Amino acid sequence: MSLQPILELKNVHSGYGSIKALKGISLKVMPGEIVAIIGANGAGKSTTLMTICGIVPIEKGEIYYDGKLINKVSAEKLPTMGLCQVPEGRRIFPRLSVMENLRLGAFHRDDTDQIMKDIQHSYEMFPILGERKAQQGGTLSGGEQQMLAIARALMTKPKVLLLDEPSLGLAPIIIQQIFDIIAKINKEEDVTILLVEQNANLALQAASRGYVVETGEITLEDEAQSLLTNPKIREAYLGE
Amino acid sequence: MIQEFKKVWKQYTIGMVWLLGLLWPMLGIHADGTLTFQKTITIWSYILAGSFVCFMIYIMKSGSSFKFIADPVSRAANGVKSASAALPIWVWITVAVVLALIYPQLAGRYGTDVAITVLFYICLGLGLNVVVGLAGMLDLGYIAFYGVGAYTYAILNVTYGLAFWVCLPLSALTACIAGCIVGYPTLRMRGDYLAIVTLGFGEIIRIILNNWMTLTNGPNGILGIKPIGIFWPMFENGFTFEHIWVKKLQFFYYFALGLAIVTAIGVQRLNFSRVGRAWESIREDETAAELMGVNTFIYKLLAYAMGAVFAGMAGAFFAARMKFVSPESFTFLESAMVLCMVVLGGMGSIPGIILGVVALIALPEIFRELESYRMLVFGATMIIMMLFRPAGLIPAKRMGTRSEEKEG
Ligand SMILES: Nc1ncnc2c1ncn2[C@@H]1O[C@H](COP(=O)(O)OP(=O)(O)OP(=O)(O)O)[C@@H](O)[C@H]1O
Ligand SMILES: [Mg+2]
Repeated sequence: MSLQPILELKNVHSGYGSIKALKGISLKVMPGEIVAIIGANGAGKSTTLMTICGIVPIEKGEIYYDGKLINKVSAEKLPTMGLCQVPEGRRIFPRLSVMENLRLGAFHRDDTDQIMKDIQHSYEMFPILGERKAQQGGTLSGGEQQMLAIARALMTKPKVLLLDEPSLGLAPIIIQQIFDIIAKINKEEDVTILLVEQNANLALQAASRGYVVETGEITLEDEAQSLLTNPKIREAYLGE
Repeated sequence: MIQEFKKVWKQYTIGMVWLLGLLWPMLGIHADGTLTFQKTITIWSYILAGSFVCFMIYIMKSGSSFKFIADPVSRAANGVKSASAALPIWVWITVAVVLALIYPQLAGRYGTDVAITVLFYICLGLGLNVVVGLAGMLDLGYIAFYGVGAYTYAILNVTYGLAFWVCLPLSALTACIAGCIVGYPTLRMRGDYLAIVTLGFGEIIRIILNNWMTLTNGPNGILGIKPIGIFWPMFENGFTFEHIWVKKLQFFYYFALGLAIVTAIGVQRLNFSRVGRAWESIREDETAAELMGVNTFIYKLLAYAMGAVFAGMAGAFFAARMKFVSPESFTFLESAMVLCMVVLGGMGSIPGIILGVVALIALPEIFRELESYRMLVFGATMIIMMLFRPAGLIPAKRMGTRSEEKEG
């Protein structure tokens, strides 16, 4: 493992007009890690990911990806560079088929043969998508949509995957499946993962390190295991 | 069951009384102040009788007392369906093209005239479909680009004497530039806002055409535009090409047909390309598209520009056909009409749009005697459409077909 972080935020500020959602976020993700960001509703977790991806413009601070400053890189260039996000609420393309959704993940690629192979590979990883490949994305169940969203992002061939609340609105058994898949993607496909979750318990179990965000600032940073046993965290985020 | 019937009958009665209330002011109140009832009652009773029969059939069918007829009918319908599925698509296209080719021989002058109008609107509908159906941006000022194309040819031809075939690409180009100018500042807007801004821009272009006296001759329009000129091979004294003007309506029909076919092929190819995929992703979810690496700005601008190019080319043909252009041909009503055709036919579906155009142009021509009821029928058709076929007459076959083709 190299010592240079693959993704690094230094004192990042951003927001929506007069609303300052991020007030100095700094964090590091090392290659091959799973890092969790936990925090209450409205803490600024999604905004952090959207700022990394260039959808929400950054106001102050620096974002480095793979050693390069990406503050000014526009959103659509990032998948080409290997940085991709599975947004909150999945946001698959509802009236396009499963297959079309996957093809859009490979939008920036032109290696058609390899794309077809990768689509087959997605079907192997998510057999349910293979069964539903001609079905419209919007008619899939919540869990299936989440799988499709992850599979679509994997089609971009990411080095770093940002996941925003993959457990949102899913039944416990499905959540378990999704998290197994996340672990698998991290190990087998060698994808570094930055995971945002409300479900702190799950996230910290899957991750090696974690950050706690409160009203736009990082208030705590530690090994996932220590966060899990930290009494303050247990009280605030694990409901004890 | 009985309860349900009661409810249905009640609604039916209310509906018929309401229709009477609606019909009488239109038929019974005359301009000279006299009131009559005779005509209203007669027409109303016809409608009553007709709808009663339909209604009875419907009820008997839902009560399945019609099995003996319904079964064979549905079997036949299924048969037709499977037969149509068995024949490959190119057979249908060939049949359609052959029919279109011999059409002017069968139809008279008037029929050909209507057909040319239909072909123009097909080009417009297909072009607008790129913006509305594929990229999902509601554009209420689309006809302005048609106007820009028409005026480009008119001005270049009348003032500078340039030939049609030189002007055609120039018309496309100016429309494209106009599209970019309108598109560029509006691209940040979505949904309702975009619709209103495009409406405004469409009107601005029309008003410019109306007021720029020195260039466009204002509301008087431009007269004396030359028709299309072509070189026709002649065999009389050796083999020579002779320059002739396409003045005959029948000849012009073939040019309009050619344009419509070119437009259809162009739109089809765009739709099935990487560009089409990008457009559809923008329509579905712009942010997600951006996250997947689609440059939404460029592709939205491209959608505008391509839509405008198709309209501009149609505009040049329109000017050549009419030999006269004036701002009146490019009002908001026209934009709304084209949009109706696209929505009625089925957004994103080429055969659907063709059918939509035929339904909104040709049928009103056929029912010309109804004159003042045309708008009533028009409104009723739209409502019925919304109820029964909300996705259009021939909805786009989105689900998977395109992908499966690629895979196979
Ligand atoms: N589009 C927007 N316009 C204005 N303010 C916004 C917008 N999106 C988010 N905010 C505000 O920014 C702050 C951070 O929101 P964000 O979505 O990042 O929270 P979050 O941590 O992801 O919460 P949750 O867990 O509920 O998803 C909130 O106060 C929110 O109201
Ligand atoms: Mg969030």
